[in-house]
Formats: sequence, structure tokens, C-alpha cells
Amino acid sequence: MSDRDIVDLLAGIVPGSKLDAIRRARPQTRDNIQASYEALFAPQDEGAVPLIERLALAVFVAGLHRAEAEHAFYQKNLVDAGADVGLVKAISHAAETNMAEGPKGAYPPGPLSQEDTPPPIWALAADVASLLGLRLAAAFRHAHMLVYHPRDASRQDLDVLLAAGWTTSAIVTFSQIVAFLSFQLRVVAGLRVLTKSTASRTAA
Amino acid sequence: MMSDKTIIQEGHEIPAAFTREELDWLNWLEPLAESNLTDRHWAGLVDKARSKSSYFMLLVHDPDILKSRTLADKDIFYNTKTGLPRAERELSAAVTSRYNGCIYCCSVHARFAAQFSKRAGDIERLLEEGTKTDIDPRWNAIIAASVALTSTPSAFGEEQIKDLRVAGLDDTEISDVIHGAAFFNWANRLMLSLGEPAATMDPK
Repeated sequence: MSDRDIVDLLAGIVPGSKLDAIRRARPQTRDNIQASYEALFAPQDEGAVPLIERLALAVFVAGLHRAEAEHAFYQKNLVDAGADVGLVKAISHAAETNMAEGPKGAYPPGPLSQEDTPPPIWALAADVASLLGLRLAAAFRHAHMLVYHPRDASRQDLDVLLAAGWTTSAIVTFSQIVAFLSFQLRVVAGLRVLTKSTASRTAA
Repeated sequence: MMSDKTIIQEGHEIPAAFTREELDWLNWLEPLAESNLTDRHWAGLVDKARSKSSYFMLLVHDPDILKSRTLADKDIFYNTKTGLPRAERELSAAVTSRYNGCIYCCSVHARFAAQFSKRAGDIERLLEEGTKTDIDPRWNAIIAASVALTSTPSAFGEEQIKDLRVAGLDDTEISDVIHGAAFFNWANRLMLSLGEPAATMDPK
């Protein structure tokens, strides 16, 4: 009952604090954010997406968000899962060289076109691409779009993933991973600021 | 046999503006068929009626994450015993969708926000003018906080918390804004990348 979950650990929420009480007053939310994390990163069966790929995606996506603590957390899990140093370095390089800001992208032609913004450029050095392999390199390209310019996503992007060896079922899991992280990193970022602010008000 | 090919959706009208009208959503990958569902899949759908939705029947390829995501979603938006009124949780969902550019998600949650707040005119301005619109101090603070948290990297900080407090929100309500906006960063990315919106056919 007094166990801290992943959001508590990452956001710095301590047992007995005001934010701890706020989170525990919504057990269905709290428990299912944790269950979502476990479904993706401690799955009953890995199915179409091996754990190493799941964690590699998490490290990459946390990197693109500049979420330092979360990046370190997922990177440690990736290393503990047995990833080799070359892969870890390739992920860092892929994130660092493709850092951008979002949300960007284009709308269907029409009145919203005046709000279109150019998508960030995606590029991988040849040695990084080869360390990642075809499957992960295609996944990273897609994740980069989902993170920074999701409104540009098209059916053709799914064709690229299918051609790189991702099945329908694997694409569903993959999409949930990137989308869940987009949620989790924001819950943590928001609650971290709120818990600090609440603590400083209580102290004052 | 499962088909690992994308589905070309044709013959529909592509919505090119944000709207509160009901839209359809057309999948680009093949959903599971009801006849293929195991108990674990049914548990993942949570509500039996969701087997009639191509979106949920696509996501149920990975039933465990769908189940916990669905339960978190319902509690974040529908559990209003304490915290932010439903209208303002829907506002955070609509704002996030407007900012990320998910025309489908925005249509659903703009409709709910207008219905629960009885402020259709203000929601209409959000859709037309975008997230820089000026409504009133309380809604402006919720809109700005949702936008800051949706930006990559996150721009959410003390300033947003302060403005939410000045607008009258307590810490539970601020946590609700954080969860509502964060959750739609999850939903938008699935809806935008696994299918496309379509204008519903006028019944003639």
C-alpha cells in the first residue's frame, strides 16, 4: 500500500506528501497508469515486440523529450535487459542528432493550411542505422514523427513499418509504447512541478 | 489469417477544419474479428459494446495495454467525485487535440466540453482561433497549461501552476488538468497514426 509506483519515483512524490494523497484518492487512475507501464515494459508475453526493442524505443522517446531522469531510468532498464553498448550508443546518437520541437506538421489542404509548420528533419548516420538495424531504424523514424509531428502520420508510414518487418500486431504495440510514453512523460513532468510547488508553499 | 497490409480508405470526405460535428474514423490496419476474440481480448475491450468499434478492435491486438489504458481513461475523465468538473477535463482534452492537430479527437471532446459547460460559443472560438484564443481567466489558464504540457519539450512550469491557482484551481484540480492534457497526448497519437477521420454521410 505504501509502495511508490514508477510515476512517484520519477516525479519525486514521497509517501505522506500532499501529492501522494491526491494520487491515492484516485486508485483507478494510479493503478492503471502503473498497469499500463507494466503491460508495455514487463509484459506477460513479449508477443511481436521483444523487450529490448520496447526499451530501446523508450530510451529514444525520452531522449527526444529531453526528459533526463526518465531517459536515465529507461536506459538503465535497457542495459539491465542485456542490450549491448553499441546499441545504447546508437540510440543516444540517433536522439541527439534528431532533437527538435513539437507539435508541428501539416493539415489536410484547406483553411487550416495557414497553420502548417514544416516537419523536423530526420536523418541517421550510416553507422548508426546499421547498428540499429532495419527494423529499429524504421521504428525510430516513425517514433520521431509521432513525438514531434503526429498530424503528418499517413497510411504510407505504416507501409514503411510493414516493409521493415513490423506486423499489424507489432505496430499496435509499438504505437501504444510511443503514445503511452507521450502520456507518462507529461504526467511526470507536470506532477514534478506541482509537487515541488506544493512543498515550497507548505514550507512557507 | 491476419493480413499485414494497410487498408486504403476511399470515397469519403476528408474533414479539413476543426468541428464539433460527429466524424467517423477509418482504420488503416486490419482489426481483429469478433470471432477471434479470447477472454483476454474481451477483458481488454472492458465494455462489450467496444467490439463494434474498428478503433478498439484494432487496439485489442494488444489486449493488456488496451485494458489498463481504458480504465485509466475512464477514471481520468469520468471520476468527478472530487476535482475538476467534467467540462474542464474535456476542455483540456479538446485543447490538447486542437494543439496537436487531431481533428477527430478534437471533434469528440469539443462536443463534450460544449455540452457539459453549456458554452458552445467559447468552444467554437477555441476551434476557430486555436489555442491562443482569449476566453476568460480560468479557461485561459487551463488552455495555457494544457498547451505548455503538450509542447515537446515540455514548457510546463511554475508559471502555469501559479496562473491555475490564481484562477481558483486547487492541487487536485491542477492534477486533473495535467492528467487530462497528458492523456490526450496518448490518444491523439493513436488516432492520428492508425487511421483517418471522415465526414459522416448525411442520411438522405
